[in-house]
Amino acid sequence: MQSLPPHMRPERSFQGLILTLQRYWADYGCVILQPYDMEVGAGTFHPATTLRALGPKRWNAAYVQPSRRPKDGRYGENPNRLQHYYQFQVILKPSPPDIQDLYLKSLAAIGVDAALHDVRFVEDDWESPTLGAWGLGWECWCDGMEVSQFTYFQQVAGVECAPVAGELTYGLERLAMYVQGVDNVYDLNFNGRDGAEKVTYGDVFLQAEQEYSRHNFEHSDTAMLFEQFKMAEGACKKYLEAGWKDGKREAHLMALPAYDQCIKASHVFNLLDARGVISVTERQSYILRVRELAKACGEAWVHTEAGGA
Amino acid sequence: MPDLLLELFSEEIPARMQAKAADDLRKLVTDKLVAEGLVYDGVKAFATPRRLALTVHGLPARQPDLKDERKGPKVGAPDAAVQGFLKATGLNSLDEAKIQKDPKKGDFYVALIEKTGRPAIDVIAEILPVIVRTFPWPKSMRWGERSAKAGALQWVRPLHSIVATFGMETEEPDVVAFDVAGIKAGQVTRGHRFMAPDEFSVRRFEDYEAKLFDAKVVLDPQRRKDIILADAKELAFAQGFELVEDQVLLDEVSGLVEWPVVLMGSFDKEFLSIPGEVIRATIRNNQKCFVVNDPKSGKLANKFILVANIEATDGGKAIIAGNERVIRARLSDAKFFYDTDLKTKLEDRLPKFEQIVFHEKLGTQAERIARIERLAAEIAPLVGADVEKAKRAARLCKADLLTEVVGEFPEVQGLMGKYYALAQGEDASVAAACEEHYKPVGPTDRVPTDPVSIAVALADKIDTLTGFWSIDEKPTGSKDPYALRRAALGVIRLIVENDIRFPLVSTTSTHFGLVRGSILTVGNRRKVEAAKNAGIDSPHFFGATLTTTRSFAGRQADSSSLDLLDFFADRLKVQLRDQGARHDLVDAVFALEGQDDLLMIVRRVEALGKFLDTDDGKNLLAGTKRASNILAIEEKKDKRKFDGAPDAKLFVADEEKALATAIDQVKTEASAAVAKEDFASAMTAMAKLRPAVDAFFDKVKVNDDNAQVRENRLKLLNEIRAATRAVADFSKIQD
Repeated sequence: MQSLPPHMRPERSFQGLILTLQRYWADYGCVILQPYDMEVGAGTFHPATTLRALGPKRWNAAYVQPSRRPKDGRYGENPNRLQHYYQFQVILKPSPPDIQDLYLKSLAAIGVDAALHDVRFVEDDWESPTLGAWGLGWECWCDGMEVSQFTYFQQVAGVECAPVAGELTYGLERLAMYVQGVDNVYDLNFNGRDGAEKVTYGDVFLQAEQEYSRHNFEHSDTAMLFEQFKMAEGACKKYLEAGWKDGKREAHLMALPAYDQCIKASHVFNLLDARGVISVTERQSYILRVRELAKACGEAWVHTEAGGA
Repeated sequence: MPDLLLELFSEEIPARMQAKAADDLRKLVTDKLVAEGLVYDGVKAFATPRRLALTVHGLPARQPDLKDERKGPKVGAPDAAVQGFLKATGLNSLDEAKIQKDPKKGDFYVALIEKTGRPAIDVIAEILPVIVRTFPWPKSMRWGERSAKAGALQWVRPLHSIVATFGMETEEPDVVAFDVAGIKAGQVTRGHRFMAPDEFSVRRFEDYEAKLFDAKVVLDPQRRKDIILADAKELAFAQGFELVEDQVLLDEVSGLVEWPVVLMGSFDKEFLSIPGEVIRATIRNNQKCFVVNDPKSGKLANKFILVANIEATDGGKAIIAGNERVIRARLSDAKFFYDTDLKTKLEDRLPKFEQIVFHEKLGTQAERIARIERLAAEIAPLVGADVEKAKRAARLCKADLLTEVVGEFPEVQGLMGKYYALAQGEDASVAAACEEHYKPVGPTDRVPTDPVSIAVALADKIDTLTGFWSIDEKPTGSKDPYALRRAALGVIRLIVENDIRFPLVSTTSTHFGLVRGSILTVGNRRKVEAAKNAGIDSPHFFGATLTTTRSFAGRQADSSSLDLLDFFADRLKVQLRDQGARHDLVDAVFALEGQDDLLMIVRRVEALGKFLDTDDGKNLLAGTKRASNILAIEEKKDKRKFDGAPDAKLFVADEEKALATAIDQVKTEASAAVAKEDFASAMTAMAKLRPAVDAFFDKVKVNDDNAQVRENRLKLLNEIRAATRAVADFSKIQD
């Protein structure tokens, strides 16, 4: 790392931080994937985590996932909250015995010296009602700030994980703010350059945050969204049904396209929720409907080749 | 005597589970040891974020030898019985059994089984893996390669190593040989995750604890707490502040560190404009840090105390700076929330409640608030509160639920309502009621005394009770999801501790009517929606529900109100029992007709309790019970009641006449005293009855041969019972 030019260093540039994490996990043996090309609420939704966590096959992967949480938009006015942000996701199946050490070494790689900082594993049980998934683990604290989530998946899409995968999720903006010593996310140095060449996080995303906040809270077309939810739900079920080979529930040939529709439904639900057009009681039933899709996709996946059938 | 040392070393154990886990480990191991005949001198269990440890000392090296006599079949019993006996006892033939003489039932065989005790270490090696495999963690998980197979070990977080040694103080101990899920017990452990990560070997508890300390691990949680508390106090004191002590936080924080290092940080003074409770909630809940007071002002200082898990190479500068940044961001959020909240008046938030469902059958929050407002207005004159203020307070008291600060920190609900009410210039009583209408929460919480608070607090709780009663969501057994028991106790305490005369049945009857109206509205609203969705134009509406009534105190009262009154009676009994009073006296008073004035009931119970502590009271109770018993028997025999006044002309004995006179006198006096609510005097009057009752039973035979005299005497006995009912139903009082 000493050989890195200053603008590539993780404590100088946002992209440098991402590249460092990618190199670190690539060096460990992970496949470095690119973001999934659909809107998702978290890195966990990427099929490389949700579906690959299921089944007996070994799977080590890492990737950046742009994540959308329509409700968290603040019109670019809050220094910490964003409706679109990046997660760095690592999935290791089966969870290796030294996974905590691997994580701590990755922090060291991005410049967090464990002899100087107070790194802690604080209980945080994870549950995703929409994915029918749960696991046990921690929030990882660095000097009182949550910088990552660490989960041993026990169940995903309603299926028991055998073996269990370990999931690490780094909140990249937070972590970058920490190592760069910046209080406002929009002040992050994105490219590590100075002066006229410097590009900040705000240069890249501030306008987007403002526009999407308007969209998410005021203007999104709810009639279309309600329709899209129904269509995605219908398509997901249709693809799942059609995917069973020879109509027998022994092998499935279309789990991934079906799962795309599940992701779609989940994001559309989040948009509707942000617009406040779903009542408390309806909310629960929408979550259940997405979960039913996720479970059916998990069931299909374990009957595919990659799912271990 | 040998000692046992056990350590279960894992990834970070949730702080909230550690104490119970240590306790469970101690209990599980010692119970098993004792069951195996291995009694011990002492035991201690400990937990840190990464380990559970146990030391048992003074164990025997071997189990004691056991001698057991097993009774067998009679001599000459059928072969099947003999074979069964041999099989069960492990004897080769009857020659090995003893014959026990029994001249009555016949001689029989006895097997003497001698079981030689096994070495304790072998027994322990069998006990421990079972305990590890079945350990009662509240939540446990699987991990790693082995989790692919069924029956994989479950632990709270991945278990990494086990230390298990057994031996004498003077000797090198032996490793207890066992393994669990591929983890072999040994004598190697590790120190602090960052400061002393290397493995080292331990022999027994004494060197284990000392070596851990050298490796920057304080094993004993109590010691960690002591260190944190002492250091935190000292740090605060050194700067002229005082620590705001917080036991729950201390317990939690001590479970997050193996090597506590207490540091102090600060935040901008401008944040002190936020209410102290919000600052504390922010710093405590999110950052698990303590706050400090400035003794000069009695308010929070702009400092906080954090507990790190490491002696950092820069003395903690980076850690403090990092925590300060997080706390600054958190407090900016809190300040932003608080300032934003202040921009909107509480009443302007109310329309939003129309969209928020309180309960699907009971309607929206707005409907609930409207009910509480009406009820508070009705209650206000009864408790000496200004009606308009009570209405205003009822209207505003829930509004803070929609503020940003309460959304973030639910525990400051009510309190924020008060702050916001004061900030918008509300009357002090109205503001106080915004906070206090939730009180009392539980049996030890403070009871409000401001009449406006009392009115709204009663209205809030009575609406909750009547609401859930109406939709039949009453508490059952241990289930009380809507905390109705607490609400009822709250009503009782508000009334009794504030000396309020409260017509409970008529108040709840009226309110049941209002609640039923809401339920009807909600039901019909849903019908309209369902019909709209189904494309039907005119659905059938629910009509008004019939209210059933029962007789109460000479009038008809709403049945639900009377059911609810029974619930109050039960709560009152529990409350009095918890205070050490006699709950049967509550029954004795409630058994009187038309009792719903909780204050008078409590007063009566108190007076009755005192009276029954006197000799007069005890004897009168005995006399009354005797009268009741005789009456019960005779009434059964004759299949009739002995109501009605006795005929003075039929009195024969002097004692009879004296008793009749005494009853008349006591009845008059006691009723007059009760009318004046002077229960002590009523009891004193009752006491006068005692000598006449005693004399009557002493000298007079009730079942006289003359049927008329007998009937007259039974009527007189009935009069005793009637007279005592001026104060209580004595038949409900236990001896």
